[in-house]
Amino acid sequence: MTNKPLEIYLHIPFCVRKCAYCDFLSGSANGETMLRYTAALCQEIQLRKSEYQGRRISSIFFGGGTPSALPLGCIELLLKTITGRMELSPDCEITLEMNPGTAVKEKLAEYKKAGVNRLSIGLQSTNDEELCTLGRIHTYRQFQDTYETAREVGFANINVDLISAVPGQTKASFLDSLRKITQLTKPPEHISVYSLIIEEGTPFYQLYQDKPALFLSEEEDRDLYHETKALLNTFGYDRYEISNYAKPGFACRHNMGYWNRAEYLGFGIGAASLYKESRFFNSDILEDYLENPVGVRSTPEVLSKKDQMSEFMFLGLRLCKGVSKSEFQRIFGTTIRNVFEEAISKSIREKLMLETRDSFMLTDYGLDVSNYVMSRFLL
Amino acid sequence: MSSAEQSKIRNFCIVAHIDHGKSTLADRIIEKTGLLTSREMQAQVLDNMDLERERGITIKAQTVRTVYKAKDGEEYIFNLIDTPGHVDFNYEVSRSLAACDGAILVVDAAQGIEAQTLANVYLALDHDLDVFPVINKIDLPSADPQRVIAEIEDVIGIEAQNAPLISAKNGIGIEDVLERIVECIPAPKGDPDAPLQALIFDSLYDSYKGVIVFCRIMEGTVKKGTKIRMMATNASYDVVEVGYFGAGQFIPCEELSAGMVGYITASIKNVKDTSVGDTITEVDRPCAQPLPGYKQVQSMVYCGMYPADGAKYPDLRDALEKLKLNDASLNYEPETSIALGFGFRCGFLGLLHLEIIQERLEREYNLDLVTTAPGVVYKVHQTNGEVIELTNPSNLPDPSQIEYMEEPVVSAEIMVTTEFIGSIMELCQERRGKYIGIEYTTGGRALIRYDLPLNEIIYDFFDALKSRSRGYASFDYDLKGYEQSSLVKLDILINREEVDALSFIVHADSAYERGRKMCEKLKDEIPRHLFEIPIQAAVGGKIIARETVKAMRKDVLAKCYGGDITRKKKLLEKQKEGKKRMRQIGNVEIPQKAFMSVLKLDDK
Repeated sequence: MTNKPLEIYLHIPFCVRKCAYCDFLSGSANGETMLRYTAALCQEIQLRKSEYQGRRISSIFFGGGTPSALPLGCIELLLKTITGRMELSPDCEITLEMNPGTAVKEKLAEYKKAGVNRLSIGLQSTNDEELCTLGRIHTYRQFQDTYETAREVGFANINVDLISAVPGQTKASFLDSLRKITQLTKPPEHISVYSLIIEEGTPFYQLYQDKPALFLSEEEDRDLYHETKALLNTFGYDRYEISNYAKPGFACRHNMGYWNRAEYLGFGIGAASLYKESRFFNSDILEDYLENPVGVRSTPEVLSKKDQMSEFMFLGLRLCKGVSKSEFQRIFGTTIRNVFEEAISKSIREKLMLETRDSFMLTDYGLDVSNYVMSRFLL
Repeated sequence: MSSAEQSKIRNFCIVAHIDHGKSTLADRIIEKTGLLTSREMQAQVLDNMDLERERGITIKAQTVRTVYKAKDGEEYIFNLIDTPGHVDFNYEVSRSLAACDGAILVVDAAQGIEAQTLANVYLALDHDLDVFPVINKIDLPSADPQRVIAEIEDVIGIEAQNAPLISAKNGIGIEDVLERIVECIPAPKGDPDAPLQALIFDSLYDSYKGVIVFCRIMEGTVKKGTKIRMMATNASYDVVEVGYFGAGQFIPCEELSAGMVGYITASIKNVKDTSVGDTITEVDRPCAQPLPGYKQVQSMVYCGMYPADGAKYPDLRDALEKLKLNDASLNYEPETSIALGFGFRCGFLGLLHLEIIQERLEREYNLDLVTTAPGVVYKVHQTNGEVIELTNPSNLPDPSQIEYMEEPVVSAEIMVTTEFIGSIMELCQERRGKYIGIEYTTGGRALIRYDLPLNEIIYDFFDALKSRSRGYASFDYDLKGYEQSSLVKLDILINREEVDALSFIVHADSAYERGRKMCEKLKDEIPRHLFEIPIQAAVGGKIIARETVKAMRKDVLAKCYGGDITRKKKLLEKQKEGKKRMRQIGNVEIPQKAFMSVLKLDDK
């Protein structure tokens, strides 16, 4: 039995309403469907026993969709199902994503009681007009209530999501959102600021075709990004990943796992797993999943050593501390320079990358054009 | 039936405008003469290259021999010689016609006479062929056979009242056509005992047999062992095999005698030795003179072809060598470009020919190519009295050494319904055309004649013509000669470096316009880099247009969680793949398709 920790992801594909920028696997559903889905998740957890047996679970993440859209009692049931079968490490991080418009006090109390120890609240903006543009179902006021309640109930590790470069957003309105968050009573331990990505198939995609002038230019977008880092720094938050900022010790462990290539099992429709160096997905069709949660699974993509080395680089480079030379050497028995000499020296020459004694990391400019740099690390 | 009476042979071809149903009629004739069962028929038996079938056009002339039992109870041998339909292959058409004694003129019952109908039928009449018309596609709702018959009589001046009304597609009226072939096409003449005189109308290279020469025997007889000589190239060979053409196969026979159509093999290594239009005679008993009409095929359009992957240069050379074996009208010689490395300057009959060769190289030889802007052959008269035939703009001498330049001009005929006369004339004027005249015909149509510089029509003239006439205009041209013209070389600078592969020759009056469009186009084609990239157009060192590719500011996937990693990797892979197809010029990476952008300057 390996001692390597294992992460658990549970996908809750339900939302009250889909947001204008969202291309995740989610949609609205009635209470009955949500209960059936919860039951199916429990069944999947039971059936995949062999994958987690003997392993220690380092983090659990309820993502979506909107996990807080599930009826009262579901999260508790799911966590019971998990804790009844898996061995959780004592400091296991258990995160739940929630929408400020869906969480009443009873639910927050339920989450706390069930063992959730980290909340991730999708606020996106403190400006109600911008919330409306984004298609969010809540106001800033509702968020404030939820946030206060969460603190009252006892949550000591909270993340707040924001989006930058919202159509119609000004620099002033964006910085106002940032400031308001940092000045909450007991400000959040963690803040994610995602710069808007226009995904095909979303209402924003069409809007962008019709009225591109509503959207921020690349220059404006980057300006906001740089301002975010500066402002949050003054309030004690460190940027540790492209879009993530945390007070010391509060980096999201679950997500760190993705970038450090930890093993993880995904439960629920469309959920991805990385297990024994192969990646696979559950069926993304709700009916199929409800029928048989382990019936349909994508053909595993078996990762070759080259794939693993490439992933090590392009995932690791998302982190501000960069990739570790010794870690690479330990895992692959060769040096980063041996494998990626051309990409490394070119990127350093172009000031996209820095080298320290034990690491390679992207510069601020390198982070702005990270895809451009990372594509050089594919083998 | 290896040796047949001359009176029972019919050598003919089918002429038509593109898409009027020539190949389909050929299929039906082959089918009805019973040489093949329906099951054996591929959709279009004669067009046997994949490319031809996909594009629906005939590139290489093909030939087939079938046997027809006529209503008079006699068996006739039909040699059907298929002719290429496109203006690029005019010379091939003319040689194929010279091998025939008559022609079937196919006219679309809805569209009527088009420019290529006229060009081809005049070509046939020039060769003294007996022509009888056939009205095809009579089952179309828009068919108007009576109007088309009147048009044929009026415009071409041949009798059309008895023209068979057919649908080749649906097999209607084919019997009628077969009987008319027997009646209307004259039997060949010629003396089997006279000295050998045979016309080469096509050839192809076979890796086992060497070159297979397609010929029409005018006089005399040829068989295995005959010592033959090609009168233009002076190459001589011993005949290894003679035979005739089954559908898609070669069927050997004893001998070919005057009036017959067939093939000869003689271990010939290269189609260059067997130029289309040349005359074959006997070494020991030569005929008095060659058949008339032989022309050295001249390339009209040139472009540079480079392997996308520089290491594939030897592969490209081998592929061109092989294609050349089969296509005497393809010319190439090695050249070097600063931007593109080692490649070839290739000469073609026209733009379609260029596209076909390019596609064959890419498909049959699996090569990824970068093609530079096609250009015509300019004559550069230098101050020292020398004349250069310029095929590559980079080789243009310094302006101080140029006395004047000449460019090729074609006589063009455009057939159009009268409502579009204005817009077509406007197009021709824009393209520096010289108005020659107009003729009105029945059915509200007109034939417009213009002299046009060849370099104005090689890119997109045909498309412009179609779009400005809602598809109704048709077009044909002939090289007229060279005329003096005010021409300049337009250079493109990317990040202040001149990119030789993007230079082209243009008329001085349109230099600014084309330079501007070229910069705009390149701006869209060149991806953002880490730095700003100026794109400039220059004539003689003077910048006449400029655009800028802004520096890249953002290229980032903001959110990336477990489920996204596969997607992220695909995104990065796509980015990396895109880079592979780039050319490095200085420190700028230019996508290969940018080198073709000059072709699409008039895209709306």
